Amino acid sequence: MKFLVCISNVPDTTTKIAFTPDNKELNKAGVQFVINPWDEYALTRAIELKEKLGGNVTVLNVGEADTEPNIRKALAIGADDAIRVNAKPTDAFFVAQQIAAAVKEGGYDIILMGKESIDYNGFQVHGMVGELLGIPTVAPAIKLDVEGNTATLEREIEGGKEIVEVATPFVVSCQEPMCEPRIPNMRGIMTARTKPLKVVEPTGEAARTQVTEFALPPKKQGVKLIPAESAGDLIKLLRNEAKVI
Amino acid sequence: MSVLIVVECDNGEVKKSSLEVASYGSQVAQMLGTTATAVAVGEATETNLATLGEQGISKVLYDNDSRLKDFVNGAYTKLIAAAAQQESAQIIVLANSNIGAAVGSRLSVRLQASLATNVVELPKMDGGQFVVKRGAYSGKAFSDVILSGERKIIAVKKNSMEPLHNAGQTATVEQFSAQLTDTDFADAPKQVIMQEQAGGILLPEADKVVSGGRGMKGPENWNLIEDLAKALGAATACSKPVSDVDWRPHHEHVGQTGITVSPNLYIACGISGAIQHLAGVNSSKVIVVINKDPEAPFFKAADYGIVGDVFDVLPKLTQAVKELN
Ligand SMILES: Cc1cc2nc3c(=O)[nH]c(=O)nc-3n(C[C@H](O)[C@H](O)[C@H](O)COP(=O)(O)OP(=O)(O)OC[C@H]3O[C@@H](n4cnc5c(N)ncnc54)[C@H](O)[C@@H]3O)c2cc1C
Ligand SMILES: Nc1ncnc2c1ncn2[C@@H]1O[C@H](COP(=O)(O)O)[C@@H](O)[C@H]1O
Repeated sequence: MKFLVCISNVPDTTTKIAFTPDNKELNKAGVQFVINPWDEYALTRAIELKEKLGGNVTVLNVGEADTEPNIRKALAIGADDAIRVNAKPTDAFFVAQQIAAAVKEGGYDIILMGKESIDYNGFQVHGMVGELLGIPTVAPAIKLDVEGNTATLEREIEGGKEIVEVATPFVVSCQEPMCEPRIPNMRGIMTARTKPLKVVEPTGEAARTQVTEFALPPKKQGVKLIPAESAGDLIKLLRNEAKVI
Repeated sequence: MSVLIVVECDNGEVKKSSLEVASYGSQVAQMLGTTATAVAVGEATETNLATLGEQGISKVLYDNDSRLKDFVNGAYTKLIAAAAQQESAQIIVLANSNIGAAVGSRLSVRLQASLATNVVELPKMDGGQFVVKRGAYSGKAFSDVILSGERKIIAVKKNSMEPLHNAGQTATVEQFSAQLTDTDFADAPKQVIMQEQAGGILLPEADKVVSGGRGMKGPENWNLIEDLAKALGAATACSKPVSDVDWRPHHEHVGQTGITVSPNLYIACGISGAIQHLAGVNSSKVIVVINKDPEAPFFKAADYGIVGDVFDVLPKLTQAVKELN
């Protein structure tokens, strides 16, 4: 079984977000970049399935050279080899084309992604890749099991879940609690250095969307405290002042 | 040219988020001087679909094929693409739901459209460019995005639009068929398992949420959360550690690794306000925090707060709501 795990490179979840003075880009000063947390579920589940079924796990990232430390981290966690598509990930469609091209080239059976990247919060790439390749996408999945060429998945829907069965090849986007994400161990870190990391140039059409400006949400006014003794007054404020009940 | 709106239905009713989407779409149609047509998916009734006139929809297309009752990505995508073709739709508006986003991303490739998800405001026409505002960085920021090309797909974040109510307006409902075949249902679910919802209110759709954290001490105390939720007509939610230890089901946990909610009112009871929790709730309109620790970080993100013991405060709040009603 050939697994492809797509990882994006995002600011650590605890980052205080700030932008450059023209509000066109993230101010990267002091920001630590990590593997998108959802993609860690995809990576760990792929490694678990490989250990059970045999095969190979490739990680792929569309990004510039500064993402390589996180690609190496994915190799240290247990992926066998890696591909970096050497381009700035300008939008979801651009990224999806690169992934689809890699799948055509490498003939992967299961393409695993995260639910969404926590920077753009797109929830787009997995659907686009499925459509570009004409194969199903199951998103977001909380469970993934594989038997022969068939996978059984649990897909989260508003207010419940669906049990879905699909044949390979397919795309799946992973969400907790699919597995317990692994962290690299010493041996993993040592071997990661020598695992193959192939750099390829991008193909396909240009992006279809373009960010013109970022903005921070308006500052909160500050909290209005109500004494616990007269807690009931809160309800009056919610009706008469905030007008939400 | 027209605007096509995807309306999700469940148990015969139009979902609340789809009323918002319909209102969004009809206002876009008005801006562009064109008509707003809807295509309904899920289990609907013609009577309920006709009331979409109140949200500014003139016509609703509906395929009552029973196989479309539950979400099937392949079939839904084909159905909506066919409706877009028939109506020469240039703009497709759908909900930023698990269904909307899944279908929207496939459609964008099939129809060669540009796509924006998580959209929070009506579009602006800026020097001939079509610009939408969307949430980014897990609710910590917004971005303005140009959608280029002839066709555009917009997935609207829940609770970012006040639904229109043009009383008395009705939409015409037309039967519509996309000639779906068995292969379009290849990814149909084998089984659908719906969760019990407290008071029947679905968390992702709720406009009020009462949420409990580790400060609630144990599942046996959840009646305090449920009583307040019931009095308010709110859904219940929890923090991640609470669902990790099975005090509450997984689908109730909000935050970065759980679901994202953006209700009008979010009441956090005994939750510290870790950044990963805030990521799931920080776009709520009004946040109320009840915590016995005045230093709890959540107070910084709150509009109203009570420094106090949840076991003392919650019954008082429930009582006050009952008196108000
Ligand atoms: C990668 C990652 C992802 C995560 N994702 C999520 C996520 O999606 N959602 C999430 O919620 N968390 C998430 N977390 C965990 C998060 O960091 C916090 O640990 C968690 O939110 C804390 O939950 P809590 O506030 O219920 O518990 P605690 O932090 O233990 O806080 C309990 C609070 O209750 C108060 N309290 C105690 N007793 C009372 C009382 N009697 N009356 C009033 N107040 C009382 C305390 O003062 C305290 O502030 C994630 C963590 C990581 C590392
Ligand atoms: N630049 C990228 N390189 C590789 N995979 C990516 C990239 N961006 C997004 N993905 C994958 O697509 C998933 C969904 O991302 P998004 O649609 O941007 O929210 C992520 O969880 C990743 O698995």
